[in-house]
Amino acid sequence: MVKRLDVSELIFKIIAYTLLTIFAIFCLYPFVYAVSSAISGEEAVAAGTIVLWPIDPQFKAFVEVFKSSTFWLCYSNTLFLTVIGTIFSMFVSIFGGYALSKRRIPFNRALNFLLVFTMWFSAGLFATRFFYDKSNEVFKALGIIDEKWLVVIAMGINAYNIILLRNGFSGVPKEIEEAALVDGANEFQIATKVYIPISKATIATVALFYGISRWNGYFWASQVITDYNQKPLQVYIRDFLNTIMAQDSRPVYDGFAQESLFYCMIVSAIIPIIIIYPFIQKYFAAGVNLGGVKE
Amino acid sequence: MEQISEKEKVQAYYEKYHWKITFKRMLKDWRVYLMLIPLIFVFALWRYLPMYGLTIAFKQYDTGLGILGSNFIGLAAFNELVNDVLFWKAFRNTFMLSFYGLMFGFPMPIILALLFSEVKNQTYRSILQICSYLPKFVSLVVVTSLVSLLCSERLVDLDGTVAYNGGIITRVLTSLNIIGQDAKLMKDPQYFRAVYQVSGIWEAAGYGSIVYFAAILSISPTNYEAAKMDGANKWAQIRYVTFPGIASTLTIMLILEIGKLFTVGYEKVYLLYNKTNWETSDIVATYVMRAAGMAADGTESILSKAIASSADLFNALIAMLLVIGSNMIARRVSDTSLY
Repeated sequence: MVKRLDVSELIFKIIAYTLLTIFAIFCLYPFVYAVSSAISGEEAVAAGTIVLWPIDPQFKAFVEVFKSSTFWLCYSNTLFLTVIGTIFSMFVSIFGGYALSKRRIPFNRALNFLLVFTMWFSAGLFATRFFYDKSNEVFKALGIIDEKWLVVIAMGINAYNIILLRNGFSGVPKEIEEAALVDGANEFQIATKVYIPISKATIATVALFYGISRWNGYFWASQVITDYNQKPLQVYIRDFLNTIMAQDSRPVYDGFAQESLFYCMIVSAIIPIIIIYPFIQKYFAAGVNLGGVKE
Repeated sequence: MEQISEKEKVQAYYEKYHWKITFKRMLKDWRVYLMLIPLIFVFALWRYLPMYGLTIAFKQYDTGLGILGSNFIGLAAFNELVNDVLFWKAFRNTFMLSFYGLMFGFPMPIILALLFSEVKNQTYRSILQICSYLPKFVSLVVVTSLVSLLCSERLVDLDGTVAYNGGIITRVLTSLNIIGQDAKLMKDPQYFRAVYQVSGIWEAAGYGSIVYFAAILSISPTNYEAAKMDGANKWAQIRYVTFPGIASTLTIMLILEIGKLFTVGYEKVYLLYNKTNWETSDIVATYVMRAAGMAADGTESILSKAIASSADLFNALIAMLLVIGSNMIARRVSDTSLY
């Protein structure tokens, strides 16, 4: 009897270890393949013979990508959007979430409903685009030529993230606020000196979500930003893929294939994420656990 | 007697000065409202104003006249939309993508979480988990580019020599005889849904397992001990301890997933969609983009803006009904709901 129990558990354990190892390899494989293709020689990439490791390695493709000033321009645009965009989103969401967590203020329920409603019903692609274009015109008339500001201000603020923050703030005991009030603090001081430090974990999680989505943002930036010098990296990468796919003959480079250039761009877009990845993974679970959201 | 009239007096006072009191309360908390202003500004301009823009569905939009001034055409655009075979095809494709996502994408994170809970070596488990979450954090442009390149087809020159062996996935599937030698994974409509689902699992299943893994961890180990005492083997333990333990999480996630049936991630479809596979890859969002001339191959007619808005409105209304309906069910089934 005891023996049979052990067998079923053992089988399950073996299955778990095997399948998960395969799945983890399956998840990592495309990245390894991309790196190998980026640094493999012309022939191997052009003929498509790479399986895992690079074949006759070269680094000329990376040099070629890094020589391009457009690449660095797009890279810096993405950095701008990520840093400034995350700061702006966090500013709006922290104070918005804080105010919405105050049940005592009149119209709190209505305001919360208006926030949640945007998760149920959205205006759709056409009307959203229509008003982004209108805002672009207004921004230009106001003298804001840089189209990145429209992306920073109009896009990316997310109702779900605000709800996460709101719930985080609601979880802070009321007595703390009352004590601060007795000490003569006003609502701004209470928010910045009491609530924000207490809710550090939630704030870090939401900042992580915003940062990643800003770094990865593609669709609306590609629709709205018309000036080539202001395009973010993701748009640059996608445009390059379109060029590769559309051409009839392959341009010749010195010792590497055109696809290697493309893989180099992909690798450079992923590297920042890989670098911060070890530091942020402890927040993943926290972010999902906060998902037990309740109105 | 005295007391009641006192109460009534207070009541009457409140009724009479209701707005004055509310206003005073608001004034007292003016700082809280001030903090709300940036949020209200952003949401009013770029979430709610576009909703008003949906009224273009009933107008023959003219740039010179604006939304209010344009001619009201009633349901003419809607009529045209529901009579368009291509719209229904896009509608069906939208539904099919989410439906297959529900069938294949939904169980995967649960299976992964079950397996993760079985790996008792903490270090090894963290390594596996970190690897499986990674694709979620990479941009859709990178994901779809990798998909296009890894699935690219074999190229044969006119004289029969192989110019390009094809992406690694094409090569593996060909050697396993799952697809023919000249199959075009990225261009042939019959493969689009499979490519979409498999890449979706690659992207999201690992990250999606976190919520179930947390639910499994919260099951008390004594339940398993008790089940073992009763002679339950591993499968029985999963069936009678683990599944009941995660049932509420599972129900909520399933209901919410059903609520999202018509909100397919259009970005990914847009990035994978091309002129040759659109038979299965054209969804309502790409239909709208084409109608409105947002995509590169868009052609415009007088009604095209109204039709694009109509399609958006139609999709948004169905999506909203599903979300509200599924939330009501979620609230009834267990008293947690997302909103």
